Amino acid sequence: MSKIPAELKYAPTHEWLRPEDDGSVTLGISDHAQEALGDLVFVETPEVGRSLAPGEACAVVESVKAASDVYSPIAGAVTAVNEALATQPELLNSDPYGEGWIMKIQPTSGIETPELLDAKAYAATLED
Amino acid sequence: MGDKTPLYQDHERLGARIVDFGGWDMPLHYGSQVEEHHAVRTDAGLFDVSHMTVVDLEGETVQAWLRHLLANDVARLKAPGKALYSCLLNEQGGVIDDLIVYFLAPDRYRMVVNAATREKDLSWLQARAAGSGVTVRERPELAMIAAQGPSARDKASTLLAPADRDAALALEPFTAAQFGQLFVARTGYTGEDGWEIIVPADAAAEAWRTLENAGVRPCGLGARDTLRLEAGMNLYGQDMDDTTTPLESGLGWTVAWEPADRDFIGRAVLEAQRAAGAPRKLVGLLLEDRGVLRGHQRVVTPAGDGEVTSGSFSPTLGRSIGFARVPAAAGEHVEVDIRGRLLGARVVRPPFVRNGKSRIQLD
Repeated sequence: MSKIPAELKYAPTHEWLRPEDDGSVTLGISDHAQEALGDLVFVETPEVGRSLAPGEACAVVESVKAASDVYSPIAGAVTAVNEALATQPELLNSDPYGEGWIMKIQPTSGIETPELLDAKAYAATLED
Repeated sequence: MGDKTPLYQDHERLGARIVDFGGWDMPLHYGSQVEEHHAVRTDAGLFDVSHMTVVDLEGETVQAWLRHLLANDVARLKAPGKALYSCLLNEQGGVIDDLIVYFLAPDRYRMVVNAATREKDLSWLQARAAGSGVTVRERPELAMIAAQGPSARDKASTLLAPADRDAALALEPFTAAQFGQLFVARTGYTGEDGWEIIVPADAAAEAWRTLENAGVRPCGLGARDTLRLEAGMNLYGQDMDDTTTPLESGLGWTVAWEPADRDFIGRAVLEAQRAAGAPRKLVGLLLEDRGVLRGHQRVVTPAGDGEVTSGSFSPTLGRSIGFARVPAAAGEHVEVDIRGRLLGARVVRPPFVRNGKSRIQLD
């Protein structure tokens, strides 16, 4: 059973979002996603400053077997990316909600979009 | 729901992630594809390859028949048990399949062909066998297990009756022998030492568990793919197919040109292509920039575009490697179009890794 922390928001495409105290939002991929992808070997992160539209592909995570897009569920500008992933992409496997974070986004509006799920609703999507 | 091998329940017991492979439900990995890969490079790994097709060929005329059928020459097999890797070609010189053929007796050979090509291979063999005096007999009641890695033969020898162990361990590379109900071949698809063991399906699960208990770690098809890629071994359907010749597929070394009067299917086309020079070649690539090579990415060279045929991350090298089919005149450096960006790659001569060690300069 994969971990789904209650305090995070989730996209149906298996990204998680965490609102930070400074108004930014941290984005990563869920434990379920990392497990389904298998051993991750490469992460392509966006340039800091890039603006994102909701649903836009903003990063690529590659496992040994395949490449998968990561989507931003919200509009905003990239303010930071996790540089550690360049040399340690396996952080996405070992700590998807912590050291395996992918980027921080400064949202242009609120993050309460109807597409975002709470932990319970996200867990329900995994049961289908 | 696909076909299941006799080891399917063991894969489930071991928590395998099951995927479809050529119509078969096969284990992709049992947790970590990368750890399984390293187990084979450093110790011993266990693979279910029962989806592969075993075909026995029998008849007084079978040697002459195979010498016409295959691009490599079974007359090179002098002693019973010796094995040969060959392409099976169509009249246009395209590769119908690649296979291993074992010389068992003057009137008996055994072939192991790919799972995904089973039907077309069998119909090709049956059609060529008609009226030749050769019988083609598929052996679906046989399963196949590979034990691969530097410690694999030692650990796997527990599978054999004590009286057979020394003889089995003395098998030379590319040689096989029957021990009781086990057909043991010192062959593989990983670039490491090891055995491929053909066993009756109803004895396969017991053999698998014996090997597991001997410390041979179960590995899925994911590791099998990265191991064979590092070892510089082609995968049928990705690196070559019915539309490419061995000369365009890095397999010229498997074509037996001598004796010049041996007439094998596809020979005329290959002779002409050899004389004129094949327009394309299959090369190894080492990605110099960060990223991962994948099949079908476009390769840009001064001599024209090519295409990545197989690509992945190499767990042993910690870099991305692949094969690409490129114009014959492509040089040492090429660029690969990865999501719209052109990344630098170096043309290298496979294998990338053999017997646990890197065979190429990384920088």
